[in-house]
Amino acid sequence: MSTANSAHIGERHSYDVVIVGAGGAGLRAAIAAHDAGARTAIVCKSLLGKAHTVMAEGGIAAAMGNLWPDDNWKVHFRDTMRGGKMLNNWRMAQLHAQEAPARVLELEEWGALFDRTADGLISQRDFGGHRYARLAHVGDRTGLEMIRTLQQRAVSLGIDVFMECTITDILKDGKDGDKVAGAFGYWRESGRFVVFEAPSVVLATGGIGKSFKVTSNSWEYTGDGHTLALRAGASLINMEFVQFHPTGMVWPPSVRGILVTESVRGDGGVLKNSEGRRFMFDYIPEFFKAETADTIEEADRWYTDKKNNRRPPELLPRDEVARAINAEIKAGRGTPHGGIYLDIASRRDADYIKRRLPSMYHQFKELADVDITREPMEIGPTCHYVMGGVEVDADTGASSVQGLYAAGEVAGGMHGANRLGGNSLSDLLVFGRRAGLNAAYHAARVKNQTPVSIHEEAVQAAANTALAPFAEEGGENPYSVQKDLQEVMHSLVGIIRTADELEQALAEIEKLAERAEHLTVEGNRQYNPGWHLAIDLQNMLWVSECIARAALARTESRGGHTRDDYPMTDREWGTKNIVLSEREGAIDLAIKPLPALPDELKALFEEQS
Amino acid sequence: MGYDLSMRVWRGNEDGGALQDFTVSVEEGEVVLDALHRLQATQAGDLAIRWNCKAGKCGSCSAEINGRPRLMCMTRLSEYEPSETITVTPMRTFPIIKDLVTDVSYNYEKAKEIPAFAPTPPDPDGKHRMMQVDVERGQEFRKCIECFLCQDTCHVVRDHEDNKSAFAGPRFFLRYAELDMHPLDTHDRRQLAQAAAGLSMCNITKCCTEVCPEHIKITDNAIIPMKERVVDRKYDPLVWLGSKIFRRDQREEVES
Ligand SMILES: Cc1cc2nc3c(=O)[nH]c(=O)nc-3n(C[C@H](O)[C@H](O)[C@H](O)COP(=O)(O)OP(=O)(O)OC[C@H]3O[C@@H](n4cnc5c(N)ncnc54)[C@H](O)[C@@H]3O)c2cc1C
Ligand code: SF4
Ligand code: SF4
Ligand code: FES
Repeated sequence: MSTANSAHIGERHSYDVVIVGAGGAGLRAAIAAHDAGARTAIVCKSLLGKAHTVMAEGGIAAAMGNLWPDDNWKVHFRDTMRGGKMLNNWRMAQLHAQEAPARVLELEEWGALFDRTADGLISQRDFGGHRYARLAHVGDRTGLEMIRTLQQRAVSLGIDVFMECTITDILKDGKDGDKVAGAFGYWRESGRFVVFEAPSVVLATGGIGKSFKVTSNSWEYTGDGHTLALRAGASLINMEFVQFHPTGMVWPPSVRGILVTESVRGDGGVLKNSEGRRFMFDYIPEFFKAETADTIEEADRWYTDKKNNRRPPELLPRDEVARAINAEIKAGRGTPHGGIYLDIASRRDADYIKRRLPSMYHQFKELADVDITREPMEIGPTCHYVMGGVEVDADTGASSVQGLYAAGEVAGGMHGANRLGGNSLSDLLVFGRRAGLNAAYHAARVKNQTPVSIHEEAVQAAANTALAPFAEEGGENPYSVQKDLQEVMHSLVGIIRTADELEQALAEIEKLAERAEHLTVEGNRQYNPGWHLAIDLQNMLWVSECIARAALARTESRGGHTRDDYPMTDREWGTKNIVLSEREGAIDLAIKPLPALPDELKALFEEQS
Repeated sequence: MGYDLSMRVWRGNEDGGALQDFTVSVEEGEVVLDALHRLQATQAGDLAIRWNCKAGKCGSCSAEINGRPRLMCMTRLSEYEPSETITVTPMRTFPIIKDLVTDVSYNYEKAKEIPAFAPTPPDPDGKHRMMQVDVERGQEFRKCIECFLCQDTCHVVRDHEDNKSAFAGPRFFLRYAELDMHPLDTHDRRQLAQAAAGLSMCNITKCCTEVCPEHIKITDNAIIPMKERVVDRKYDPLVWLGSKIFRRDQREEVES
């Protein structure tokens, strides 16, 4: 090919707003930016419609009150904050709860077909940590409906999409500028470079789960946006909080980690150990005692009568359930393949299961030879979601770098120490829209006042960095380094952590980073996954270090962060955020106060019902 | 129990290529995609494949396995004898980029031709009311994961590059049908489908339905009803008259 190994940059585009990512957050941001009059482009690593959002199963949380008229934004806000162990950015949680219903209705306006209630409204289902049945859904393929609706909307608006194009650098204004001026990337198909000039860039790149061995996340989740932000001068918060979803498949080995939706429990499924005991009753924490059923009878009545009964302990927030499962397995009460039983077969009839959970039925039947209408599933925790992300302004999604915005899983703050199921899809819509709008406003301001321009040296440097793995001979295979990193994160920075292990992890990550400086890739630049991984691996190392550092610093247990050596939740830590930034190539850690809850919202937690 | 699997994988690019033989160790319960990932990690670091979810949800990993269009992540190795050689080739209908990755932009171009959804206004409380039975038809079509295996299989375009410009293909007939059957949509796209999307070129062989991993009854539930109604209207003067006066898509046609 003509591009063999030249760092030549032949292709340039100019836009007002460039959105990095085409999941729910990126697409919603693009639609908003377009509607605000900005010339908008979407750039994404996979084909359009294949982002993680497509895999979401259970639903979109929004207090529409279609089934339970008592539901409203205040209840949703309260549930979200309690689920996040009060570490959420309150303003984000408030905006999210207030705006989610309108964002869901808008999807319907754009063609989405949600499941209906008897009177023809959007149906809502139960999920962990939500007081009322609140998740708008389509069977167990809600993410597919959401991404297709947004994708079709974006296409009909004529928004430009650059598919299979990976952004590797945020470009700044001038030589030492502090404003965003564009983004640099390569086409996966040809390996050729491309430069986007734009005063506003929105990061909507999703999460980091590929750094862990057992995960529900795909190859895309290498923490690109987290690292792009860090390297561009923005900060990350809450990185110690990684969500392990309680129910991933455990067998056969090749599907280990693939998600089993929480809807199985929302629709009546229960967890049992090898002795057949519904063990979740043994793990109800003090914090949730008042709202959790303590007998099987009460728990079972709750599905039909929520007013007079409390929620089954299987529907506690995910961090609680994941820890309980972990403890049961460690105590030797696991299944033959090292999991726990998730049983819906003995509780609901086959037709109901197939109607409510068609893709779970399909997934187990085809991948594990298990008929979930007849036998229990074997499940165990899997790395699923990162609460941590770019520190942003709640109302606008702006990072501390002018022109750089973040929304969706890559943004931090909204979910605090633990995310409730269903609150991600709604987060994407609410904050995707806000970030897109504000990125468009920013672009308009910049164009009228102080136009920005890209610094050519930075472009060349980005090109050279990307090509480095081709120059190296006799270096390591990127796949081996990735595998070792996943092992380190899994065994030393997993669900249960200790200072010793975290320190060991940091030492290991440092060694891996050294190895990653000398990677060798086979072949040429044309659609070369080995090369792509060599580039992504650098980001995986950055975020892994961030997670381990923050986890070491937070000497307490809270939500998605459990320290064996500090098993209690600490009031002091409840008012603090760990903020990470980059300084001279190293990670800098600071502790900052959490924005305090205003009195009128505080009252919502006192009127405990 | 694990064993050594013989595989033949097509490798090359738009300039040409060939089947290459590999032996790869595989484990119980694995799928074709696992075997290819192992090849990638240990023997062929630059082997090009697409995948994301590894659970049949995203429609990225389409290829032809022993000649059959399938998802690589949903094809269990246990379907084959351990001694059998598994041959994996790229989808034939689309131009090759590299190895198992093809240029599927044809599909994204066709998607752009479909007019936007245009709903009736919501009820005064801002909500739409639709009955479950009425949304179910559309929901069946919206299960589509855009794997494009039906497009790959359809003989109208499989070996007939020249038909591509006039023919949207089964995946997009679903889209027309879905909009047509959407309880809230105000357009009438039947004629459009006939004219623009090449519905008449389909001779209902049902090959598309056979390969659909979502088991969508593309031919029976989408294509045939669309064909029938297109014909109905042509012969029903009342509908014809109505469409002349009221239909927005036609009005646009006249104006432009
Ligand atoms: C199996 C599964 C089930 C889930 N179920 C639910 C659920 O029921 N309810 C719920 O609320 N949440 C659920 N979640 C979580 C939720 O789906 C995700 O958090 C959410 O979809 C993330 O959306 P996003 O828009 O932030 O990112 P994504 O949808 O992941 O999109 C990220 C985009 O960024 C692009 N990208 C990344 N890096 C780059 C780069 N360097 N250059 C260019 N592009 C890049 C990717 O290509 C992709 O287009 C689930 C998650 C999984 C994995
Ligand atoms: S039924 Fe029609 S669309 Fe489907 S494969 Fe046959 S000719 Fe193609
Ligand atoms: S209709 Fe079926 S075969 Fe065709 S693209 Fe959709 S899921 Fe794939
Ligand atoms: S990888 Fe998603 S369908 Fe196969």
